[in-house]
Amino acid sequence: MNERDNILEKIVSDLTRHIRINTGFLVWMGFLTVMLLVCLYAYTLQLRDGLGVTGLRDYVSWGLYIATFVFFVATSLIGMLISAVIGLIGMKWITPLTRIAETIAVAFAAVAGLVIIMDMGRPERLAYVFIYGRFQSPIFWDVTVVITYFVLSLLLLFLPMIGDMAVIRNKVSSLPKWLKPVYKILSFKWTNAPEQNRIITRCIRILLILIIPAALAIHTVTSWLFAMTLRPGWDSTIFGPYFVTGAFVAGSAAVIIAMFFFQKNYKLHEYISDTHFNNMGKVLALVSLVYLYFNINEFIVPGYKMKEGDAYHLHQLFTGKDAFLFWFVQLGCLIIPILLMLFRRFRKPIPITVISVAVFLGAWLKRYIIVVPTQEHPFLPIQHVPHNFMVYTPTLTEILITLAPFIMVLIIITLITKFFPVVPLCETARERGIEELRIE
Amino acid sequence: MDDNHIEKSQKGSENTKGTSRREFLKNLGLAGAGALTGAAALYSGHLVESKKETVSEIKVLLTQDGKLVQVDSLEMKAVEKTGEDLLQSEGREGIPGRRWVLVVDLAHCRNARRCILACQEAHQLRPEQYHVNTLQMQDTPNTAPYHMPKHCQHCDNPPCVSVCPVDATYKRQDGIVLIDNIRCIGCRFCMAACPYSARILQWTEPRDASRYADLPYNVELNVPQKLGTISKCLFSADRLREGKLPYCVSACPNGVYYFGDENEDAVTNGTTKETVRLSKLLRDNGGYQLMTELGTKPRVYYLPPKNRLFPFESPADYQPEKS
Repeated sequence: MNERDNILEKIVSDLTRHIRINTGFLVWMGFLTVMLLVCLYAYTLQLRDGLGVTGLRDYVSWGLYIATFVFFVATSLIGMLISAVIGLIGMKWITPLTRIAETIAVAFAAVAGLVIIMDMGRPERLAYVFIYGRFQSPIFWDVTVVITYFVLSLLLLFLPMIGDMAVIRNKVSSLPKWLKPVYKILSFKWTNAPEQNRIITRCIRILLILIIPAALAIHTVTSWLFAMTLRPGWDSTIFGPYFVTGAFVAGSAAVIIAMFFFQKNYKLHEYISDTHFNNMGKVLALVSLVYLYFNINEFIVPGYKMKEGDAYHLHQLFTGKDAFLFWFVQLGCLIIPILLMLFRRFRKPIPITVISVAVFLGAWLKRYIIVVPTQEHPFLPIQHVPHNFMVYTPTLTEILITLAPFIMVLIIITLITKFFPVVPLCETARERGIEELRIE
Repeated sequence: MDDNHIEKSQKGSENTKGTSRREFLKNLGLAGAGALTGAAALYSGHLVESKKETVSEIKVLLTQDGKLVQVDSLEMKAVEKTGEDLLQSEGREGIPGRRWVLVVDLAHCRNARRCILACQEAHQLRPEQYHVNTLQMQDTPNTAPYHMPKHCQHCDNPPCVSVCPVDATYKRQDGIVLIDNIRCIGCRFCMAACPYSARILQWTEPRDASRYADLPYNVELNVPQKLGTISKCLFSADRLREGKLPYCVSACPNGVYYFGDENEDAVTNGTTKETVRLSKLLRDNGGYQLMTELGTKPRVYYLPPKNRLFPFESPADYQPEKS
């Protein structure tokens, strides 16, 4: 009995140690806020002068913003893979990573919606999508599923945390004063009664199942924004699974980067161990292999037939204007990482984190390669227009505006992980043999 | 082969005339709805008019700003749509009974680019943005180059209309695809969807924006152009309503353009003002359409660039005008 109390005491203190406001946090948040303000200033320029402040013009009309939107939707999919797929299969090792994955899912899904608004020529007319929404338009589907997925992810982040907050509310005396009422409200008078546990377990289970089709839908529909058009390079039947598997690659890399950060900074070595890095390395290798398979399909099938439009597109990617970027991404951020990750020693925390950074960066660049080059060679030639209409070059304002969503994601992740336990507390306790958490 | 083609095109024109029942019923429905609305409006007007002669009666009405007022029925008048409201409702409906088509005779185009200037003037476009652009085409290395004016193809199966999330771009009963710039949210999905690169966006403050700020918006002209919204060739829907030929068609000095009504099977040359049978013109000259394999069903026809009596001259590339 006493020993159990000690174990629980240790878990609670380990997992809540970081919940306090320290200088590091303030400096980091201050830095993010200043950066965000700079980027938002750039956005006010776009609001005032129109999308002309970007490098976008009549032929390449989707650029950094849409690439970033697709990237954000992609990264958010990891919540579904980690919590639902791996969790439902019954792999116990994943428990300490579920909250990190859900936090990433919530942050990226929430901001993805904002990225789309950034890209609109008339953002003040956003409500028209709901007022005059037309069911035929993939944008209408996209808006619907992004909102659905965000709500489901938020619930999946929040519901397992209710019990944690109840424990912390009662046991942690060092909780910042202003945070106590927040915990009190958000823990909904949780007493860990069997009836409460039964209901919440059931809710979570239903959510875990619902989130699978929702996640598949959100990214399949996002891929359809391209695949539903007639353009060479986009007109592909495998864009749905191609995007979904690409999403798992981006998301797994994001989780590994986050794991590394939290293990080091929040001293969670006992909960997020080398085994977790090793296992996540295997997950990343697996999803990368599946993604490679779809890449081979996506390029070999049109490459064999060489229809006029496809041929030009592939020439540009493989040997033409976009070749450097293309091979950098395909080799440096997909094939070489896969080869390295096959070896155990590259799945140790530091090497796997470095690999993940490369993969994560590559995932963004890949979205750029999917979005931009296709528009630079439409069916009919681009003639009698200035040079900046023919070739897309992002402007500084546009780059700053593109940074804003990344900063927002960092702010959301920082806030969630700073004020709530990063590793699920109750579940960890349960897995370490503490069946009943007494909550007075 | 040639005969087959003719048969096909004849069948095609018949289709749109009558045998496509769905289309016909849809048109009938639209025309019916239009007629009904018109009749209702006339009738209500008539009612009010006729009441004028009968006894005075006090009515209680709710005004637009939410006040209840009493009005003598003798003083009441039917409200007619005016200004922007009228332009919007007319512009959504189209001109009943018409199916507009454009025929471009490539054999006559020598890249005078007058159509472009007239168009840019009418629609307040900057010189680097086009509703109609003449492209220098060469289909294969061994075939002759030619100039090809390229408009919006006003497809009967328009990909741009399918993808629009807010019904800002739409297909009218007279075949024209238009854009409502008061509705458009500037998502540019239609630009991505259009295989003919027909669409442009007002990336910056439109040309002459301040000069035309107070003008009511005309959806059939896309004027005044609005920042952050889409624009494209409108087949000069405003001119068609006045019974005139489109701006580009009238401006051409070389007799390249024929414009007319598929239902009447008649098209008029903008330069010579000569009216000819559409079916005969297409049959005699081997008329074709752009990228029909995409299934877009364009409303613009091209006559091949044969027997040209002038050399192909490649124009100097675009030079921005200094203003």
